[in-house]
Formats: sequence, C-alpha cells, structure tokens
Amino acid sequence: MGYPHKSHPKETVVLSQYFGDAEARTYDGWVKRGGYQALQKVLGMTPVEVTDVVKASGLRGRGGAGFPTGLKWSFMPKEKSKPHYLCCNADESEPGTFKDREIMRWTPHALIEGCAIAQLAIQAEVCFIYIRGEFTDPWAVMEKAVEEAYAKGTLGANAMGSGKRIDMHLHRGAGAYICGEETALMNSIEGKRGNPRIKPPFPAAQGLFALPTTINNVETLAAVPHIINRGADWYKALCLSNPKSVGTKLFSVCGHVQKPGNYEITLGYPLKDLIYDMCGGVLKGRTLKACIPGGSSVPFLNREESEGCLLDYEGCVAAGSMLGSAGCIVFDDSADMVYQTMRLAKFYAHESCAQCTQCREGTAWTVRILQKILDGDGTSKDLDLLLDLADQMTGKTICVLSDSCAAPVVSGIKKFRGEFEAYLKGARRAQVAVA
Amino acid sequence: MAEELVKLTIEGVELSVPKGTTILEAAKQAGVLIPHYCYHPALPVAGVCRMCLVEVEKTPKLQIACATTVVEGQVVKVFSDQSVKARESVLEFLLINHPLDCPICDQAGECELQDYVFQEGRARTRYSEFPKRFNPVEDFGPDVLYVPNRCILCTRCVRFMEHAAEEEVLNVSERGDRAFIGIHPDKRLDHPWAGNVVDLCPVGSLLSKDFLHRARAWELDKTASVCTGCSQGCNTNLDTRNNMVVRIQPRANTDVNRYFICDHGRLSHRWMNRGDRIEAPLLSHGHELTAVDWDHALDRAAQIIKGCSGKGVALVSPGASLEALWLVRKLFTGLGLTGAFRVERVKGESPLPGVPGLALREERAPNATGARLLGYTETFDEALKTVEDASLVVVLDDALTGVSAETLARVPNLIYCGTVLPDAARGARVILPLANVAEEDGTFVNRDRRVQRYFQARATPGMARPAWWVLSELLQGLDRGESAGVAGDVFDVIAKTEPAFAGLSYGALGAKGAVLPDQATAGARA
Repeated sequence: MGYPHKSHPKETVVLSQYFGDAEARTYDGWVKRGGYQALQKVLGMTPVEVTDVVKASGLRGRGGAGFPTGLKWSFMPKEKSKPHYLCCNADESEPGTFKDREIMRWTPHALIEGCAIAQLAIQAEVCFIYIRGEFTDPWAVMEKAVEEAYAKGTLGANAMGSGKRIDMHLHRGAGAYICGEETALMNSIEGKRGNPRIKPPFPAAQGLFALPTTINNVETLAAVPHIINRGADWYKALCLSNPKSVGTKLFSVCGHVQKPGNYEITLGYPLKDLIYDMCGGVLKGRTLKACIPGGSSVPFLNREESEGCLLDYEGCVAAGSMLGSAGCIVFDDSADMVYQTMRLAKFYAHESCAQCTQCREGTAWTVRILQKILDGDGTSKDLDLLLDLADQMTGKTICVLSDSCAAPVVSGIKKFRGEFEAYLKGARRAQVAVA
Repeated sequence: MAEELVKLTIEGVELSVPKGTTILEAAKQAGVLIPHYCYHPALPVAGVCRMCLVEVEKTPKLQIACATTVVEGQVVKVFSDQSVKARESVLEFLLINHPLDCPICDQAGECELQDYVFQEGRARTRYSEFPKRFNPVEDFGPDVLYVPNRCILCTRCVRFMEHAAEEEVLNVSERGDRAFIGIHPDKRLDHPWAGNVVDLCPVGSLLSKDFLHRARAWELDKTASVCTGCSQGCNTNLDTRNNMVVRIQPRANTDVNRYFICDHGRLSHRWMNRGDRIEAPLLSHGHELTAVDWDHALDRAAQIIKGCSGKGVALVSPGASLEALWLVRKLFTGLGLTGAFRVERVKGESPLPGVPGLALREERAPNATGARLLGYTETFDEALKTVEDASLVVVLDDALTGVSAETLARVPNLIYCGTVLPDAARGARVILPLANVAEEDGTFVNRDRRVQRYFQARATPGMARPAWWVLSELLQGLDRGESAGVAGDVFDVIAKTEPAFAGLSYGALGAKGAVLPDQATAGARA
C-alpha cells in the first residue's frame, strides 16, 4: 500500500513502492530511484524487440479485460504509413476502483515512462492521457510531471537526445463513466459525445482520428518500465497460481474492512487472505457476506465463493466472478444486498450513454423494479422479470455497460434470493433511506 | 472489372452479393426485410437501435445486420428463436417510454414502431406500474415539431443534419433514459433541406407542421410525381386525400435526389388545389366570355388557326409537360414561329452538401430544359414585343404576370390554354382549360437532361383536361396528327420524330427516367 499505511509484508511491492514518497513525484527524485533507465534502454531497441519483451513477460491489460498487452501492441501496423496514437486510459471511474489514481498521484513519471516506451513500441509519436475529470489532484501532479519531463528533454522532439519525437498530451474528462470505454474515450478526445463505437473497425486499424491506435490502462503502462528493467522472466515468475496470470496487481479494497486501501499482490493470491490478513478482516463483530472482486461491473461472490477465490483472471472466473479492474468491494452481514444491487444498477442507469435500446431503457427499468421491491411493493413475478431483462441486456449492445448492469442483478438474485424474497413477503423493510 | 461476389445463405435462401455488402442489404435481395430503426441507406451506420439483431451461425452473439458485412459461406437466421426474442425485447424496451397515443399521432399507419410491434412485439407490456418519461413538445424549426415522448433515439435526424445537411444543429442530449434529441440553443432547424428529418423519423417524433393533423396515413393515396419547384427534378410522391394534395414526400431515386427533397419543393402543393380554376372552355363573344363544350371550343380554335398565315408567337410555360410543349409547336406548322418562355430565377442555390449534385436550383421550373430541347428560347420579353405583328399567338399556361391586357388586346388571334385565367388573357378568342401537374400524366426534362414521368394524382376540376388531350384533339381537327389516347402516345411520337429523344419510349422511362445522350443536341429548329 505505502500510503497512508506502510505496505503489508505479504504484498509484492513493485508499482506501489513509492506511494507516499513525495520526492518520487519529481523528475529528479524519480531518476534517483532508477527512473527513465528503461526508456533509455528502449530508445536503443527496435519496436518489435520492445513488443517481444512485453509479450514474453505475460503482462495482461489491467483495465478489466485482461487482454495480453504485447499481443495488443503487435496488432499495430508494422509499416507506418500514417500517424499512430497511444491512448492511456486514466478515466478510472469503475465504482470501487482507485488504483490508477494512486499511481498518478505518487509515481507520475512511472506512467510517463511507460507511455513513452509503449509509444516507441507502437511507433506513436503522440500519446493522449485521458484523465478522469474528478481527479483534480492526480491531474495537477500529472500536469507538473509532464511539464518537467518536457523541460528535461525526456519528452519532445528529441527525446533523451535520441532524435526521436515523443509527445504527450493530457486530456481531462468531463465526468462520464462511459468515457472509460476505449472507443468512447477516443470520441471524447476527438471532441465528440463520448459514445462507444461499433467494432470492427478495431482501434489498431481505425482508432483515434480514424488512425491506428493502441489504448492501455494506467496500471498496465506503469508496469512496463519494470519489465524492461528487470526482464520478462522476472515478471513472468511473479505467479502464485495460473501461469496465464502473472505479475503484480493493485487491488483497491473498500467497504466493510478494517483497513481499506490499495494492496499490491502477486496474481493468484487468495482473496481470503487479502480480506482477513492484509485488510484486517471485516468490522468487529461482523461476518463476511459478499464480495465484488473486480469493480462494480462483475458478479457478486458470496462468502464461500469469496473465501475460495484466487485472485487472478482465471481464479475469479472459476469462483463465479471476474478480476475486472480489481476494485474489491467487501460486504459484511449488515449489508442489504437488495439495496446494494439497486444502488449498483442505479449507477449504470445514470451512466448509460443512451445509444443502445436495451441499455438505455433496460437499466432504468431495472432500477425501478428494484426500487419497488425495496419499497415493499414487489411481487414474485418481479424477480423473473429482472432476470429476463438482464438476459436481454447481456451480449446485445455495442459496449458492455448494459452487461455490467445485468451482472450484479443476476448474481444478486441468484446468490441472495432469500433477501429478495424477504422483501417480497413483506418480512423485511429497507433499513437505509433509499435515495 | 468484375465485382468480387460472396456467397451466403439467409433464411434458407442462397445468394451471392458483392463483397462488403451488409447482411441487412443482402437480406433485402433474399426477399427478407430485417426489422430496423436506426439504419437508413442514405446515412452512416449507427448500430444503436439493436433491432436488426440476427443469428449468424458459428458466431456466439447475435449480430447487428446493419453493420455486419457478409462473409463467404455465412448462414444467417433472421427468424430463429433467439433473434425473434431479441427483437421482441427491443420493442418492449422501446415501448416502455413511448406513449400509446397512436390515435392522435400523425405517424400512425406509417409508423415503423407500430408495424414491427404488430409483427413481432409482445401482446402486453410488463412495464405497467411506472410512469412514462415526459417532455414537452418542442418547436424545432419552420416546419418541424419535436415530440420527445415518442422519440426512440434512433439518431437518424442527428445523422442527417450532420452528414447530409452538414449543419450540426441537432444532437443527443443527456444520458440514459433521460436522453432526448437536443437542438443548438442559438439555432433553429431551418436548413433548406431540414424537412427530410420528418420523413427519416421512423416514429411520430418529428412532425411536419404543414401536415399536422391533416390526414391519417391510411386515407392517403400516393402518386409518383416529379417536383416542380426547380430544375433539379426531384422524384416525389403526391399524397392525396379526398382529391386534395395534402403532402409531398420524396420518392427514392438514387440517380437524382436519393431519398430527399428540399423544403421549398415539399411545401409547394397548395397551388395544386387552388379553387379559382378555369372549369370550362370559353369563347369570346364581344366583351363576354361564354362557356361552351369541348367540341365547340376545339372547332373554333381549329378554324382560327386555319385562317392564320405569316408569323406566329407561342408564349409557353417551362412548367408545362414536354408533350404540351411539343404539341403547341405543331400548331404553328406552316407559320414562322417564335417560341418563347420565361423562368423564375432565385439567386443562389441551396445544396444538400452530403449528396453531390443535389440542390434547390436557381431556375425554378421543372421543364426549362425540355422547352429548350424543343426549340423554345428564353426570350419572353422580346417575343411579347412582336405579338402585334403575329397572326396567331398561343399562350400555354404562362400566368401573364406583368403583361398588360392592352398588349394582348392588339393580338388578332389569341388562344389561351391554361389552368387559371389571368385578366390579361380575357381578350383571347378561345380559352382552353388545362389540367395542372397533379391532374395529368406527362414528362419533364430536368437540368441534367433526365426525362422523367409524372402521374395523375387528382381529378381535374370541371371540364379542364390534360394539355396532351386538348392539343392532340385540336391537331386532329387540323388534320395535323392523331388524337392521343394517353400522354404516352404523344411522347412516343416525340421520340420518333425529335432526334434529341431518339430511342426513348414512354414505357421504358419507368419510374426513374432516362438520361438523354449528350451528343443529341436540341432539335433547335424554331
């Protein structure tokens, strides 16, 4: 974690090593800590060589989808006939996720270095870092860091004296969750309404300004300098369970735990240990009821599933959820799962971009039904209706926002049906003021 | 170069279509209309309504037919359980916030939401306990109202304004189920082509003020016509109700106007119903005009023409049919003819930028090119100065604006053929009442030399008759031709005798017309 508490001994501290270390934010401080050596090294390599190192490392996208990073880079045209772009997705808006925020706040140069390396690998002279609008502090830190990197000649027309151009622009979001979807993010940078685009064409063919584009998450890019410095084998060896999931991962833990915060663990680490050991367990006198391991878009895990879950891409799926963005939301036995489900659905209903019919209408309808159940007016038909709507909201739209709304509803009803039925029978009333 | 073809199967029908075709377009060729809302062939694909979801074998998820291109060997199922269920669900979602006010909605009867719900929707909604979204009606522009409650956010209007009109005044505002079509706060939807958003709207959300509550869709008869608003020759449909033209809509012709017409053309239909028409042939008796029957009138006209010699002047309208213009010319056989017309010009074209070659043109008449091809020249004022010396003057539906009665009073033999009777024409010896464009069949030649047919949409008032009938009867009386049974008879003679129209036939013109070959210069003989 590193901030505000010291790291837990069982954490594997790579990205979070300098969290809380104010000097690491400055250019000189970062160089003193070994910064920009990786970039220096990469400036002497060919794009294919860089991509191959990242491929060999087994690094997968940390934004949620877990797509192999090196493979994604290799989709970019080898023969550059028109400008290429790199987009860094720093629009971290997934409820429960706050890892990119800390990376930008404490180690802005790690991100800048990662971006610069990725730019060289995909032959993109220009990178846009799209930062969530609400991130005022990270924005200020990043702005200063980019300014410094330019002043030091690390960025610009002659990056580190190599003769190569590396430009970086910060772009500030305006508060829409959907702009974290990669093609919506590109539309947003282009000055358009942040609506996801139909794919194909994929970004590597026609992305930002209809030119070949790669988009990576902050955490993915921040990990790249470490891989370059320490080698693909070192990174690949960071594995506790499935060999397809390697490296370290920042978990943002929030909810009913003693010590919420960001924890960096090696993939494959048990969720049980994360909650009970690192985070000090649930609040005193309570017991664990449920957990969302990967940000608000993924299904709930109940207590048994949570306690048996290994935190990597495959382990979360096996347990019945997904690793997602690793925003881990913990619920103890005081949580009202019907309310929690409604609250999640309400978020998606609010954030739907309104393009696809199922999403625009389905998310809002879902919220109304859940609200009705909470108000004590639900009937037995409502659960079937919710599940039927969720089925029609899954896999039928341009992006997965609609699916993300359906996931907690389906898993909520499946895993906590008793709580829903208690409302339907009138045996339970909403405890919290439902807003 | 041969186009590369892709073979696939849609609903059991095997077909080959050019590479790059979408499943939706390919399905049309297989005789299957895949239900859709946001897709429109003239607009960029949006893929947002999710109505055209179909099952493609070996693909786990349903695919949108509008954005998925065909692949060799693909097997597409439009009516599989999965896709029918998906569309039923989209319809249910669309209806939860859609008012069921069809009884007072102008779109009812030609509403794609109504049609597809009837075809594939659920009998009952499950959204019964919650209020529907409500937003007040907005005044978007001179002829467009926005009824947000009925909007299904297909974004056709937004895309039309962005990509066809290239004037971004509409957008999708807000998010989620609060979304609606927004208009620029400082602008109106007053682009000269803005009215097309009303046609593009698949539901009754964008309405024409001109047509508001004027008719139910099922009461309308549609007749193929050609716009008379300018020389572009946009293809139109005249919608009539109780013998009145109540609406003009574009008729698709990919070679001329694609799917669009401008507002000037769209709104120019009231004159077609005007009530102050000449309803009987009139003969002058001293200072009186007397209504007579056709035989009588045509005999008198023939007598007059037979008695003429020397010079003749024809003052014609560039809004008259090719047939009428040609027959009038024939009346002057043996006389030295000055054939002249004038045409209204409005400075500045109003193009639809997204469709090259399409604009509201400066020349505001549908058949000036036809008149020129038949030897008429734009010399109305000069010709008017010579009428005193002419033994015969025939006016074909020129409104005679600015022409004094005294000028024409000095004409010894004036025959006026027209739809309405201007004061200046009251001195004519014979007045022959004609049908207007909505009341007859005929052809126009547009500025790009395309010959296009228009059809009769309403009955003529009183005894008025189409010019092709009146004039061909008159010519028969003069032993200069045969009486025509239909407009096409006249056109086919034109095609045989006028080099510029060689090779054409009325039947072969069809609904889309034919372009005259370039080298065929005018039969300029007059």
